[in-house]
Amino acid sequence: METDILKVEGLSKNFGGVAAIVRVHFSLQKGELLGIIGPNGSGKTTLVNLLTGFVRPDSGKVIYRGKNIAGHMPYKIAELGIARTFQMVKPFYQLSAFKNLIIPLYSTRVKKLRGGKYGDRDDVAIDLLEDVGFERDSSVPYKVASSLPHGYLKRLELARCLALRPDLLILDELFSGMSMSEVASTLPIIEKLNSEGLSIIMVEHRLKELFRIANRVIALNFGSKIADGPPRDMMENQAVKAAYLGSEEEG
Amino acid sequence: MKLRKERLDRGIKARCEDIFALSSYREMLYLLFPRALPVMILLILPLLKGVIGLYWEKVLMITCIMALLALSWDLMASVGLISLGQALFFGAGAYITGFLNHVFKLPPLLTIPLGTLGGAFFCTLLLLPVLRLRGVYFAIVTLTLPLMLARFIETTKILGGTEGMSALSPLPNVWIEMYVPVLALLLCLFGFRRLINEDYGLVLQGIRDNDRAVMSGAINIYWFKAQAVFIAGVAGAFAGAFMTHYNQVVGMAAFAMDYSILPLTAAVLGGVGSFAGPTIGAFILMPLSEVLRGVGGLRVVFYSAILIICIVGLPEGVFHYMRRKYHQFERMVDVG
Amino acid sequence: MLPSILIYGLVNSVNLALIAMGFSLTFGISGVANFAYGGFYILSGLLVWMLLNYLKFPFLLAIIVTIGVVGLLGFVTYWIILLRVRGIPLSEVIATFALGVGILELFRWLGFVTYEFTLPYFKKGMVMIAGVPVDYQRLFMIGIGLALVLFLYFFTHYTRVGLAFRGIAQNERTAISLGIKSDLTAALSLALGSAMTAVAAIVILPLGIISINQGYEVLLIAVAVGIVGGLESVPGILVASLILGYAQVITGIYFKPEWMMVVYLAAIVLVLAIKPSGLFGKFKELEERV
Repeated sequence: METDILKVEGLSKNFGGVAAIVRVHFSLQKGELLGIIGPNGSGKTTLVNLLTGFVRPDSGKVIYRGKNIAGHMPYKIAELGIARTFQMVKPFYQLSAFKNLIIPLYSTRVKKLRGGKYGDRDDVAIDLLEDVGFERDSSVPYKVASSLPHGYLKRLELARCLALRPDLLILDELFSGMSMSEVASTLPIIEKLNSEGLSIIMVEHRLKELFRIANRVIALNFGSKIADGPPRDMMENQAVKAAYLGSEEEG
Repeated sequence: MKLRKERLDRGIKARCEDIFALSSYREMLYLLFPRALPVMILLILPLLKGVIGLYWEKVLMITCIMALLALSWDLMASVGLISLGQALFFGAGAYITGFLNHVFKLPPLLTIPLGTLGGAFFCTLLLLPVLRLRGVYFAIVTLTLPLMLARFIETTKILGGTEGMSALSPLPNVWIEMYVPVLALLLCLFGFRRLINEDYGLVLQGIRDNDRAVMSGAINIYWFKAQAVFIAGVAGAFAGAFMTHYNQVVGMAAFAMDYSILPLTAAVLGGVGSFAGPTIGAFILMPLSEVLRGVGGLRVVFYSAILIICIVGLPEGVFHYMRRKYHQFERMVDVG
Repeated sequence: MLPSILIYGLVNSVNLALIAMGFSLTFGISGVANFAYGGFYILSGLLVWMLLNYLKFPFLLAIIVTIGVVGLLGFVTYWIILLRVRGIPLSEVIATFALGVGILELFRWLGFVTYEFTLPYFKKGMVMIAGVPVDYQRLFMIGIGLALVLFLYFFTHYTRVGLAFRGIAQNERTAISLGIKSDLTAALSLALGSAMTAVAAIVILPLGIISINQGYEVLLIAVAVGIVGGLESVPGILVASLILGYAQVITGIYFKPEWMMVVYLAAIVLVLAIKPSGLFGKFKELEERV
C-alpha cells in the first residue's frame, strides 16, 4: 500500500540454532500506532533490533518508505528517521539530563531538518524535556543523570528519540519499571505524538495501557507472528491467550 | 561510638560554582591556581638553564614530548580506543619528517609540520579498518602495528633499513628546542581538555560510554572515531617529528616498545581521561626513569610494574586523587 | 618443489597452531585476557634451560616441572592481578600486557640474549618423506600439535570443565547461576592456557634459539590466528593456522623470505575488512558489528 511507511516481509533470524524470528510479515501505515506483544522470549526485542540495524537478518526485507533497509548500519537507519528506545536504559550518567540529548542533536539529520544550522542545542534540549514531562522551571533538567529516578530516565530515553525528529518511533518496553502514575502521565504524550502524525511501534507487556491507544496489535510467539488485528480482537484470540497463559492441554 | 568517613566539598569549592567565582580574589585564585601553576612552571623552567643545568633541561624537553604522546593516548581513550601501540604515531611522524629532510632536503620548519600531518594521516588510514572492532581487539592490533612496521622497514630496507637516516638538519636555535615542546604541550593539554567538554567532545565520550545509543542517534561513530584518531595522531606524530630533528637521526627505534608503554603508564598512573593526569604521569615517570638510567633495559620493567600496580591498586590515578583532595575534605563522623 | 611446500607448510601451520592454542583457550574460549602470553612462552623456554643447565635436571623432569610451574603461574596471575580488574576488559589487557612486557624485558636485562640459549632436541635425526628431509623434532611437533588440537576440541565440547570455560565467556551471570564458580573456572582456564603455552615453547624452541623478541612475535601470531580463524573456535584455529602457515611458506619461497611477516598484517587487515568475527567465529559477530 502506498500509505505504508514500513513493510516487513519474510524476516528471519537465527542465533546459532535458536530461531529467534521466523518469517515475520507485517506492515505499518503512516500515522498508525502499532503494538507488538508476546510472552518473554518471543522475539520482540530481536525484532526491534532487526528493524533498527543492530542485528543483521538472515533473510527477509524491511522496506521503509520504499527502500529496503534490512542489514543497514544503525546510524544510517536512524539518519533516515527511525528512532528507538532501549529496554535497558543507559543514559550518559555523568552528564546532566539535558546534555544527554546532545548526541542526536549533533547529528547531520537534525542539522538538515533545522535548515543547516545546529541552533542552540541546549535550548532545544530543554524544550524537548518539557515535552516529555520534565517540569520546566525546576532544576530537574539540569540534574546529573545518575541522580534521576527510573521513571525520569525512561522519559529521558523518549526525549532522546524525539530529539532526532523521527518519522517512525519504536518504543521497546518503555513502560517497564514505571509506576502507574508515571505511565498515566506518559501515555497522553505518546497519544499526542501519534495524533500529530508520528508513526509509532510499541513493544509492550502492559497490555491494558497499550490496548487503549493502539490502532492495531500484532502478537509474537516463539518468533512467529500469531495474530494481527485491532486490540479488541487480541483479547479474544485463542492463540494469544495460549501463548501467554498456556493452553488447557498443558496441565 | 562508630565512625564513618565522610567526604564533603570544601566551602570555597561550593562558593565557586557559577558566577560566584568572580565574587572575590580568593575564589578566583582558587580556580586559577591549579591551571596557572603548571603553565607558569613550564614557561619559566627553560629560562632557568643556568640553575638546573643542561642535562635536566634536556630531561624537561623530553618529558614534554612524552607528555604529548600521553595526551595523544588519552584522547583516543576518551573515545573508547585503548592503544597499546602509541609508538605507531611517534614512528610515523618521525620517519616522514626524516624522509622529507633526508631525501628532499626540506628544512625542519617544513618537515616537522608535514611530518606531523602526514604521520597523523597515515596512522588514521592504517587504523581505519580496525575502528570497527571492540576495544580489546583494537588494542591487540595497535600493539602489533608498530612491531610490524619496524620489521617491515628492517626487511625491505627502505627508509634506511636497520641503520635509519642520519645527519639530518638540527633545529634552528636553542630557544626553539626548549619552548616548542613546552608550548605544544600546553596547547594540547588545554586544547584537548576544552575539546572534550564541548558538545563535540561529549559525542566522543558518548561513543566511549554507550556506542549503541550514539548510533541510534544517527551519528556515524566510525567517522567520529577516525577524527579522534587523527587529532590524537597530530599530537603523537608531532612528538616523533620533533625528536627526529632534535636527535638529527631516525631509525627503527622510533617504533620501540618504550613509546608505547610510556604513554600508557603515564596515563594510568596519572588518571585516564583527565588529560592533566597523563601529563602529571609523564612528569613523574620521565625524571624518575632518568634517575634510573643506569639500569638500562630495566626501565621498561619498572614501567610495567608501575602499570600493574596502578591498574590494580590505584585505578583512578594520581590526578583524580589530587583533585579530590583539593576540592573536598574528609572527616570522621559519629554514626552511633 | 611441491612436496617440500606441502610438508614445510604443514610444519609451519602446526607451529602456528601450537602457539595460538594457549591464547585462544583463555581469551577466545573463556573470555579471559592473557596478554602476558608471550612472556610466559619465553619464560617456559628459559625455565627449562635454567633447570637443565643450572640445576642439571634430567630433560623429562625439567619439562614436567616447567609445565607445572607455568600453569601454576597462570593460576596465580589470575588471583593476584586479574581478579581485581575482571570485567573491565581493557584493564585486563593492560595489566596482563604489562606483566608480559615486564617478564620479557627482565630477561633481556638479565642477559638471556646470546645464542647459547637453546633447548635440546627430543631426538636427533631426520627422516625422508617424499624426498623431503624432515627432522624428528618437527615430526614430533606435528604430532603433539595435532594431539593438542584434538584434546582442545574434545575438552571444550565434551567435558564439564571445558564447557564451563565456554560458559563463562558467553554469559558469566548465567554460568554463575548454574553453579559454575566463575573465578575458579577463569583461573583454571588461565592455568591451562599457560601450560599449553609451555608445551608449545618446549616443542618449538629447540628448532632455533630462544630470542626475547620472539615473545612479542608469539603474541602477534596468536592474535593473527585468532582473528583470522575466529577466536573462540577450535576448527577456526586449525584452518587459520593452515592458511597462514601455507601462505607464509609460499611467500617465503616465491617472494622474499622477509615478506613472511607481512602475511600476518595482510591477513589481519583483510579479515577485519571483510568478516571481522573471523572465518569460523560466530557469537562475536553481534558485538563486533556495533
